[in-house]
Amino acid sequence: MALPLLEVTGLEKRFDVGGAWLGRRRRTIRAVDGVSFTLEAGETLGLVGESGCGKSTTGRLILRLLEPSGGRIRFEGRDLVSLSPRELWAARQRMQIVFQDPFGSLNPRMRVGRIIAEPLQIYGREDGAGQRRRVAGLLEVVGLDPAFAERYPHELSGGQRQRIGIAAALALHPSLIVADEPVSALDVSVQAQVLNLLMDLRRRFGLTYLFVSHDLHVVLHMSDRVAVMYLGEIVEVGGRDIIHREPKHPYTQTLLSAVPTADPTLRRERIVPRGEVASPLAIPEGCRFHPRCPFAFDRCRTERPVLRNVGTGHQAACHLYDPR
Amino acid sequence: MPSTMTPLLQVERLETQFPTGPGLVRAVDGVSFAIARGEVLGLVGESGCGKSVTALSIMGLVPAPGRVAAGRILLGGENLLAKDAEAMRRVRGARIAMVFQEPMTALNPVFSIGDQIASAVRAHDGGSRRAAWARAVEMLDRVQVPSPQERARAYPHQLSGGLRQRAMIALALAAGPELLIADEPTTALDVTIQAQILDLLRHLQAERGMAVLMITHDLGVVAEICHRVAVIYAGRIVELAPVTSIFARPLHPYTRGLLRCLPHPSRFGQPLVSIDGIPPDLRQNGAGCRFAPRCPHAIATCQTHEPGLEEREPGHLVACPVTS
Repeated sequence: MALPLLEVTGLEKRFDVGGAWLGRRRRTIRAVDGVSFTLEAGETLGLVGESGCGKSTTGRLILRLLEPSGGRIRFEGRDLVSLSPRELWAARQRMQIVFQDPFGSLNPRMRVGRIIAEPLQIYGREDGAGQRRRVAGLLEVVGLDPAFAERYPHELSGGQRQRIGIAAALALHPSLIVADEPVSALDVSVQAQVLNLLMDLRRRFGLTYLFVSHDLHVVLHMSDRVAVMYLGEIVEVGGRDIIHREPKHPYTQTLLSAVPTADPTLRRERIVPRGEVASPLAIPEGCRFHPRCPFAFDRCRTERPVLRNVGTGHQAACHLYDPR
Repeated sequence: MPSTMTPLLQVERLETQFPTGPGLVRAVDGVSFAIARGEVLGLVGESGCGKSVTALSIMGLVPAPGRVAAGRILLGGENLLAKDAEAMRRVRGARIAMVFQEPMTALNPVFSIGDQIASAVRAHDGGSRRAAWARAVEMLDRVQVPSPQERARAYPHQLSGGLRQRAMIALALAAGPELLIADEPTTALDVTIQAQILDLLRHLQAERGMAVLMITHDLGVVAEICHRVAVIYAGRIVELAPVTSIFARPLHPYTRGLLRCLPHPSRFGQPLVSIDGIPPDLRQNGAGCRFAPRCPHAIATCQTHEPGLEEREPGHLVACPVTS
């Protein structure tokens, strides 16, 4: 079997908040705390969880937009964490990100054509005429008229702006795209257009996606496999249908039952989740979910569960499934 | 259960307009609906459709230079539009209350939440400070704020998003309103907290027999909590029906489009049926159906003749002569 396109092992990111002062201890947020997964070429892995679970931070660490505090990231066979700045710069051509906010991520002073051509200029690809041809081609690929090259971002709708962000991400022929909440700011009718576009592009260019979202239905729709995150760690990972139909981790079950479904005939038995997510400054001992878990027992309060196999290609970090 | 007697609230041919440089924006353009005592009516639509402006019109809080240009808003038979500012202020305190997406819109950052609820109680019922404080603590308990005695002394910024939302609901309900207007009350919350707040609203609504106007973009939320739903597009209601029948038999092409463009568990991974195009410019008040330019079923008369709401099945109204 070929090497995976991306292999993440024990990824960690800690943020220090507030210095040690007059005997007060320095406090640390463990935003990402030992995340491991692989991504095969051409696959889409969904990363889903609630605010503060570390899903977006994970995406940014992989691109090294943030520096990891620990762990390894192997991308196309190379360890990204050990690369020199020069090597990292070269490697980044192959990995791109699409952001949530198509208002904040496009330079308002640049015309669309320059925004899309910027990566080509930075990496010295093509001359002026070649860049213009490429921009026109990319605009068509994302379903916009080439005349959009002359417009400014403020003249565009949210959906059109998101298409521009996608076109710019595709300019350097990346193999991996981290899509960080790419449709969360859009109305549902526009959201559908952008999701369809992302699926078409994946097929057309053989792209690999790390699809990050808080919206479980959107993630299930887009992904081959889904990883569910809670307070900085992956609590369950498996194929889309397995996660949807036979979730094992109580948090995944809670999340699935909490999502309102626009179909009253599909109403599941509702598990109204208890309590709120703990602060990442005070992560509970043992299993992080235990204070909210309806099935927690003694071991959950003291021992941190690790991901273990609970089915084919299906892992969960929960003591309920540990035969010991 | 909703009562079948005279409606609590009747909105009749409401028009709310905003003068802008390039022209008059008809944000709400002839909206009519009624809410019975004890009923939960959903008002659902995408950004800019006029759903929040409808709510502000009922509250008498349309920001200048916007104004209600025509129509009637009857609360228990009294026309709210005929009331002066002082009379409206009393209606807002006692008979209609509103909760918002962002609790900090309603909560004052420099007073404890207990003080704020207590002063709402005193404004309505009079009584001693001590009694009002006790009532505030009781209200916090009713909205399931843990340790309400201590939390009453907390300032808004000391609470999590979910607790702030609960505090705002307690504040809104302090005077025992007959109608609660909830404008996207769970949109900013994580899905597990959203489930808790919807559960709380459902519970309080049933317990108090209060009418609720639930404004949302999320058809899932509608399916969870509403008895009836009005779908609004470009300032007009296009379909109005009991929740069960709108999901089982959506009649308006826009409603059908909205339902089909959502990822659905039976169709994960398949292309979504998106609605082409974008909503119309609300300054152009052309003849005909506003959805016609995006409608796959539009015929010649749709461009020229504005359809009115017609009852197609008992209680199920639709503004579209083409579909059946």
